[in-house]
Amino acid sequence: MNDALLRVQDLHVEFKTRRGQALVLNGVDFEIRGGETLCVVGESGCGKSMTALALLRLIPSPPGRIRSGRVLFQDEDLVAASEARMREVRGNRISMIFQEPMTSLNPVFTVGDQIGESLRLHAGLDAGAARRRAVEMLRQVGIPAPERRVDEYPHQLSGGMRQRVMIAMALACRPDILIADEPTTALDVTVQAQIFDLLRELQREKGTAILLITHDMGAVAEMADRVMVMYAGRVIEQGTAGQVLSEPGHPYTRGLIDCLPELGSSAAAEGGMRDELAEIAGVVPSIWELGSGCAFRERCPHAMARCAVEVPPMFAVDGAAHGAACWLHAEALEEALA
Amino acid sequence: MTCMGTDTLLSVDDLKVHFPRARQGWGRPAEVVKAVDGVSFDIRRGSTLAVVGESGSGKTTTALAVMRLSPLTSGRIRLGDTDLGTLQGEALRRARTRLQIIFQDPFSSLNPRERAGAAVRAPLELMKVGTPAQRTERVNALFEAVGLRPEQQHLFPHQFSGGQRQRINIARALATNPELVVCDEPVSALDIAIRAQILNLLARLQRELGLTYLFISHDMAVVEHICDDIAVMYLGQIVERAPRRSFFARPLHPYSVALMSAVPTVSGGRRRAAHRIRLSGDPPSPIDPPPGCRFAGRCPVAEPACATELPPLREVAPGHWVRCRRVDVVGGLPQPPLQMQET
Repeated sequence: MNDALLRVQDLHVEFKTRRGQALVLNGVDFEIRGGETLCVVGESGCGKSMTALALLRLIPSPPGRIRSGRVLFQDEDLVAASEARMREVRGNRISMIFQEPMTSLNPVFTVGDQIGESLRLHAGLDAGAARRRAVEMLRQVGIPAPERRVDEYPHQLSGGMRQRVMIAMALACRPDILIADEPTTALDVTVQAQIFDLLRELQREKGTAILLITHDMGAVAEMADRVMVMYAGRVIEQGTAGQVLSEPGHPYTRGLIDCLPELGSSAAAEGGMRDELAEIAGVVPSIWELGSGCAFRERCPHAMARCAVEVPPMFAVDGAAHGAACWLHAEALEEALA
Repeated sequence: MTCMGTDTLLSVDDLKVHFPRARQGWGRPAEVVKAVDGVSFDIRRGSTLAVVGESGSGKTTTALAVMRLSPLTSGRIRLGDTDLGTLQGEALRRARTRLQIIFQDPFSSLNPRERAGAAVRAPLELMKVGTPAQRTERVNALFEAVGLRPEQQHLFPHQFSGGQRQRINIARALATNPELVVCDEPVSALDIAIRAQILNLLARLQRELGLTYLFISHDMAVVEHICDDIAVMYLGQIVERAPRRSFFARPLHPYSVALMSAVPTVSGGRRRAAHRIRLSGDPPSPIDPPPGCRFAGRCPVAEPACATELPPLREVAPGHWVRCRRVDVVGGLPQPPLQMQET
């Protein structure tokens, strides 16, 4: 597949701790194509934010470091790139929206200064041109009276507006890839809907690829072209949104979808009784308890002897586009061959 | 508006919580933030009332006022036969055994230097419930009831996961055998896989112990799953109040409809997103709320009269109350003025 904009190959990230090296990303492989939305799903600590930081080489180092693997951006390996080159890439070709719009804006600069900064740096605009462009960006992300807002400070804006400012900053240089790390978690659903509309619209206009990190399966269904599910530092399932959500190949993905309360539950309930929600038993194992084999086996209803011994590779589920790292598919494959 | 049945446990009548702000300059009047502005509801014993709304709608302030953890400006709060709103000092302290709260953040709501067992035991000691031996027994029983092992009492909060910490919070809230438990976004900070465990636990405890929940949340799917009745707040006021099935089958207030339509669902996906009702702008400031309907400025179906006159909360179907002048009742059936187009 050479139409991929970004290819991540066998990425390993480790952190030095008092207890030794902790491997927080363990062989992550995926790719993003131009103009698509790839959603990364998983519980806290599964490595989804770490993956995003690794792409931009923003992992705090020390204690963290990329131990091995490649991040190929238009055939250039960013893992090996110089720090100067990374500064050209960040905020310019690949940019990021963080989860907390409150803490990721600088409180002592106006929003216009902050949006203009990347334009002055990367596009070489002078202060006046950068300001005009900042006004234009604010208008595009749907902030009313942008000429006035451009001179305001972050504390004068609501949460939804701050997140729009973050998006305006991230998109100012028309990046090829936008990484959005839970961009709406801190926001209300009506504002979330506005932000999602905005991202879709900007994507349509500019062909930006979006890597959307989320834990909300509803948001995945709404936004994703493709989905990648992570668990304990590995990618355990990948496929198109339709494949993963309606025919999940990994027991963990199935569990995540089944344990969600969905709208409409009261219409189905008889006489006010409600069903118990399906649960995934137990908790995510800590990084020190992983041992050998599949990290999900302790919580898995289908665990077999083999699961404790060998880490399952990615098996094709239905067609090449959909894969799941689960031994169940090896069995199916063997049965089909026999 | 409040009908005091014999099975009503909590009754809140015209509750107002206003916070004065510091003066902004010479000669300017002090501004008042009307966080909760005339809220009334009842909760039947053993049932769950969910209060939903967006940030700043006053749902948490309502919960804190019921707990007497925030100052009351006016209004009445009754728990059974007790007038909670007027209790002071020792009487209030004693009444607190009957109502407890579970907070949103399982990380900041436990003292990091206190062992889990001591945290659960603390309410028993403070309220002088039973003998020390009975307290130990009670803590053991509570740990078991919430799905923790008794030997985990000796661990500190950082040695637990978020879900387990929320279990400790639940055990602590249940220690004094409360009648009313206020749950302030108890699962919002938890991972989705853990959410189901905690929601099931809360439902089981309610069944077994006959607990009454005031459940604060912004997650409509969670609310639909857990509640018996729902109240939707917008800018300090209840705009709609109804039994669960009635509300989720047919939300009436345009804000409720917009809120429901904004929730992304797995089954709805992009089709749903395309038919969403789009609200523009942000809610107005609670400092100087508009005189009419507080949603009028963002409402897609507002009329000129909406902006001038605050509509009352009126009952349009059995138990279904709505604060909107555009809801008509045709042939006994209330008609929502705004509807999400189903595909």
